[in-house]
Amino acid sequence: MTAKARAVRKPPYPLRARILDIVSHGGLALVALVFLFPFFWMVSNAVRGNNEVLAVPPRLLPNEYQWGNFLEAWLHLPFGRFFLNSFIVAGGVTAITVVVSCLAAYAFARLKFPGREGILVAYLGTLMIPQVMLVIPLFLIVSRIGWINTYQGMILPMAFSSFGAFLLRQFFLSIPRELEEAALIDGASRLRILVSIIVPLALPAIGLLALFTFIGQWNNFLWPLIVVNGLDYATLPLGLTMFQTQQGTAWNYIMAGAALSMIPGVVLAVVLQQVIYKGITLGSGFGGR
Amino acid sequence: MASVELRDVVKFYGELEVLHGISLDVADGEFLVLVGPSGCGKSTLLRMIAGLETISDGDIQIGANLVNDLPPKDRDIAMVFQNYALYPHMRVRDNMAFALKLARKSRAEIDAMVERAANILDLGHLLDRYPRELSGGQRQRVAMGRAIVRDPAVFLFDEPLSNLDAKLRVQMRAEIKALHQRLKSTIIYVTHDQIEAMTMADRIVVMRDGYVEQVGSPLELYDRPANLFVAAFIGSPAMNLVEGIVADGRLHAAGGVDWPLPPGARPGAGQEVVLGVRPEHLTPAAEGLAGRVELIEPTGAETHLVVEIGGRQLTAALRERVRVGLGETLTLAPVPEALHLFDKASGRRL
Repeated sequence: MTAKARAVRKPPYPLRARILDIVSHGGLALVALVFLFPFFWMVSNAVRGNNEVLAVPPRLLPNEYQWGNFLEAWLHLPFGRFFLNSFIVAGGVTAITVVVSCLAAYAFARLKFPGREGILVAYLGTLMIPQVMLVIPLFLIVSRIGWINTYQGMILPMAFSSFGAFLLRQFFLSIPRELEEAALIDGASRLRILVSIIVPLALPAIGLLALFTFIGQWNNFLWPLIVVNGLDYATLPLGLTMFQTQQGTAWNYIMAGAALSMIPGVVLAVVLQQVIYKGITLGSGFGGR
Repeated sequence: MASVELRDVVKFYGELEVLHGISLDVADGEFLVLVGPSGCGKSTLLRMIAGLETISDGDIQIGANLVNDLPPKDRDIAMVFQNYALYPHMRVRDNMAFALKLARKSRAEIDAMVERAANILDLGHLLDRYPRELSGGQRQRVAMGRAIVRDPAVFLFDEPLSNLDAKLRVQMRAEIKALHQRLKSTIIYVTHDQIEAMTMADRIVVMRDGYVEQVGSPLELYDRPANLFVAAFIGSPAMNLVEGIVADGRLHAAGGVDWPLPPGARPGAGQEVVLGVRPEHLTPAAEGLAGRVELIEPTGAETHLVVEIGGRQLTAALRERVRVGLGETLTLAPVPEALHLFDKASGRRL
């Protein structure tokens, strides 16, 4: 056999392996369907009449498609305002979290200072405290400063997470120290090293942190509920509750609003997915040093 | 360009003293190689010169400046790392320009300097590639380019060739040496490979366990090793070392074998000594020490024979081709003028 013929011959694919593949792919598809069903159900309910939402027995697809529900929901409440508020709050928290986490993570990963390990453990210890426990003390602080119904009152208490610092620290530790030493000799300051060397190499981890933080804050209900009253500073999750009134609940509008409010998160996930993939190939094993 | 002076340099890691008062003078334009086995402190010493490790005691001077407390960037040095340490997310051009940008040079200046360094190292066609798109040898060359682009007073190399394959290593060795001759720069080069040290250095510093064992030119070290450690470390195949007792102007070794002593050596009778014989100084002879051939290694230019004489395995390196088979008896004679004698207790040359 010539070398060429050998190169193009396909490896054997026995029946057993084929059946195994079909079974495992089938199983995975089933799990994916289970995860996707709530989203389907949301959209399906968003385009039917409110009386049909609670119909028994439930129907998978609406009798009559009411695509206008999206527009009606949007016009019924100041959704543009809610979107803007959500963007400002989630974006602000994400920006501060990423910057602060990068700085803290670099200090914990690379700088030598007395008590570093102890501070790190204390920092991590705060992960153990449930968010709910912090709500009352945070509220007292924020209301005393007079930050009720302000963006800073919604953003700052949420913007410092030890999770981000820990996640990035672990990633920074995997970046070869020699790169930093080379940069030190090249004349870079610590901050310059962080900005020009570490951050570009840690983009996958930073992208991940940004994504988690943004989606987490986009969906955050509890804290805005506590520091905001009225429509002016309400975020999307708060806005959606306003379809629940004493006269009844407009489930179809809630679902339409929820579907609309998912769009930015999905877009962000798709965009950052590219960043995360790109980062992974760029930094893989740092073989390109 | 500048000279480098080390005075009683000491390094502690916690309680552990790893460098014990090293003093060295590196002349302006000299190619100095620090060589020694793993853990001898050679890389630590280099990193102290670079400013990447603190100095526990002593002084380091580069040119006219005492640099003990200066950060690396203010020492006017450049360093080439074992793993190249190229910035993976920057093109070759930006890797080389990084230091210049930090020094706030103008765009035109940066381009000219990068261009010049790229020409010296023949990197012109690689400037727009990323490090991951380069071969090992090319990455090594870029790492050197990044060093020379800044025109530093002193170049520091930390085992730069150990990740390359044997053939490329020989080629890069020649390139680094040619670069040194062209730039006339001061180079301090760390390696554990004594061949690299021998072929490249103006002077070699042999280190062990945080001490300097000997400083000298490659041939000085080869011809007159100051102690047993240097004798065994320098040279490949390694020097044969035979222990014995001096009596009647000869060396009595184990197995009833008598060896001549080098002319000029005057050890006391009954003294325990170690005789050193380089493999090329054992030659076939009609009279001498007979032994059984245990291993034959033809390298082409030379043939290395391992011969058992008096219960001890000795290596001989023969230029001429010998017709001898495994297990046969071969008689070898040492060249008396080329023998080395060491005191067994202190290891010092006698």
